[in-house]
Amino acid sequence: MDLSKMDYAPTSVPATVLKILCCQCGVPMEPNPANMCVSCLRIHVDITQDIPKQGILQFCRNCERYLQPPFEWISCALESKELLGLCLRKLKALNKVKLVDAGFIWTEPHSKRIKVKLTVHGEVMSGMTLQQVFVVEFTVANQMCDDCHRSEAQDYWRALVQVRQKSDNKKTFYYLEQLMLKHKAHKNTLSIKPESNGLDFFYSTESQARKLVDFMTAVLPCRYQHSKKLLSHDIHSNTYNYKFTYSMEIVPVMKDSVVCLSKKLSQQLGGISPLCIVYRVTNSIKLIDPSTAQLAEVSSSAYWRDSFQSVFKSKQLTEYTVMDIEPIMEKDRVQFPGQGQLSYKHMLADVWVVRSCDLGLTTDSIHCRSHLGHVLKPMDTVLGYAVADSNANDSNFDKLPKSSLPDVILIKKNYPDRARHRRRTWKLKRMTTDTEMNMESDHNDMDEFMDDLEEDKDLRQNINIYKNPDVGIESAAEDDDDNDGAPRISLEEMMEDLCIYEDDVMEVYE
Amino acid sequence: MAVRAQFENNNEIGVFSKLTNSYCLVGIGASETFYSVFESELSDIIPVIHASVAGCRIVGRMTVGNKNGLLLPNSTTDTELQHIRNSLPDNVKVQRVEERLSALGNVMVCNDYVALVHPDLDKDTEEILSDTLNVEVYRQTVASNCLVGSYCAISNQGGLVHPKTTVEDLDELSGLIQVPLVAGTVNRGSDVVGAGMVVNDWCAVCGTDTTSTEISVIDSIFKLDPDGVHKMKKLKGPLIDSIKAS
Repeated sequence: MDLSKMDYAPTSVPATVLKILCCQCGVPMEPNPANMCVSCLRIHVDITQDIPKQGILQFCRNCERYLQPPFEWISCALESKELLGLCLRKLKALNKVKLVDAGFIWTEPHSKRIKVKLTVHGEVMSGMTLQQVFVVEFTVANQMCDDCHRSEAQDYWRALVQVRQKSDNKKTFYYLEQLMLKHKAHKNTLSIKPESNGLDFFYSTESQARKLVDFMTAVLPCRYQHSKKLLSHDIHSNTYNYKFTYSMEIVPVMKDSVVCLSKKLSQQLGGISPLCIVYRVTNSIKLIDPSTAQLAEVSSSAYWRDSFQSVFKSKQLTEYTVMDIEPIMEKDRVQFPGQGQLSYKHMLADVWVVRSCDLGLTTDSIHCRSHLGHVLKPMDTVLGYAVADSNANDSNFDKLPKSSLPDVILIKKNYPDRARHRRRTWKLKRMTTDTEMNMESDHNDMDEFMDDLEEDKDLRQNINIYKNPDVGIESAAEDDDDNDGAPRISLEEMMEDLCIYEDDVMEVYE
Repeated sequence: MAVRAQFENNNEIGVFSKLTNSYCLVGIGASETFYSVFESELSDIIPVIHASVAGCRIVGRMTVGNKNGLLLPNSTTDTELQHIRNSLPDNVKVQRVEERLSALGNVMVCNDYVALVHPDLDKDTEEILSDTLNVEVYRQTVASNCLVGSYCAISNQGGLVHPKTTVEDLDELSGLIQVPLVAGTVNRGSDVVGAGMVVNDWCAVCGTDTTSTEISVIDSIFKLDPDGVHKMKKLKGPLIDSIKAS
């Protein structure tokens, strides 16, 4: 048989791999691409030679956070997986090998050393995979983070929102506080500082301040101005460092004040009479004409186009006693084309009143027309402004013919017994810290604000009202016995506040 | 014992030289150090011929030969052929072959009696080979590689083959060649053993990278220094035992 004609195709006999000698040390081994045994290969090549065996971790001692380059600071515990991730990200050349395992080797925390044990797979010499274990030692270096640095330098805020209202009471700010609490608009605020006629809100970024500005323009009639101050800049990298200030002005007219509109504005608002009562301020100003119960709404943009001031403010309210009241029928109401919306919730009435302090001294009762016909009865007390006796300082008001002015404008019914029921069955949440919102105002403003809430259902829809656990439901019901008709907040509108006391838990087991 | 040499900083000795029992070809243009290695070992026994083939220095890869003859590729010029013929001993036949696989040293390997050739080699070439070199020809592969000339080095004493050769293949090959074979490496783990070294019955030259382990494997399989190797083998066991014990 001619062997040279034999088929040379490899037979399917299972191949037994021959052992060869390692070319370095001569131990028998299976052939591999390097033809070197593992231990010789390890001496020969180091797959971790590009990986630094030492590193530095920046650590801020004040806030106990680690720097994650380029400028993020993260807090992570020793031997946590976050810290491990941070350490691994520090090793730049780690992408050249395949990381199989990583873990911490325990070190004394005070040693400021963190040791990480890594197992890597790497390819050497035309496709051989080598596994290698090595330890990287990190030194923890102290470096103060930007935030701590700024607060140490008393330079922690970047943006400021100045909220101002030229008014004699703080009810608007109490309302704002409640709105912010409900919508959690104060979340990112660094601090709140009371100033005369307003509050300052401090933020670390401009966008957070911008958020508050947007929130406030949505809920209150106000306008703002934006300004910035250059702190520092780098001409090489074209970066500028600013402090931003938003100056917000809330409209100065308050609920229950009387305003005098310009002739043009009163025509625009459906021929409403110039002397109007502000009966609600939400994101717009709601006006009512006491002589016709006509309604008008002035948006904040319309207000700043043609602004008006309060002629009479709630401080000037005088108490009157109703002597006689005569409702005006619907058919008798004055109506004309182009007239604005009329209120049918209010009832127009002719009212004869006497100043409560003059009661019994005089027999002359003062006549006025009022929109409060639906709540007033003879011998009720009512709060109003004595227009005839007052000396108003307003250009629009001065232009009005004196003969057309009413003697008295009635604003709201007075509940003299209400002081007795100061123990309200509901309460409001406050912003916690003492300095915030505590505007050293007299306690009356808060009480008046709460009275307003009791009277105005629409106003309290915008805020959260909580049950007062100190005043039980029984006592509230007891109060109802000698009900003087003062408005109350029903239980359905209140929310149960979440409170966790240890005592509560104990009671369950008793 | 095998000697180490380098051809212009290149360790692939088998590329630039061809060693047989009756003559030695070396590529022209190398440093005198390279030639002196060969000449000191061989010059008083066999001629060391400085030659080129088709204008190339890679004479080891282009030619195949044994003590009986020498095959040159068709691209060899007449002058080169004339020079080689003049330098060779008279009893060595020189033949030019027309072969598509013109790097004859890569596709064939032989000792004085047996030749292994690339499976696709031309019939005519095979015939010329067996006539000129006076060998039995077997078409074979070494560790699934067709380039048998690159991956094995054989002499009349023994042979060194590609390290990945299986036991079955090794048994078959040594059965054909009728000499003991071993799988191994030269030049610190290089598996192209045919290109990395040249060998005849009493002498071997390999690259300077070759480690002492590889040298000792080469010496023992080619029986280059029988006394020394066996002495070493006998010594090795007790030597290591004594180190362990101490």
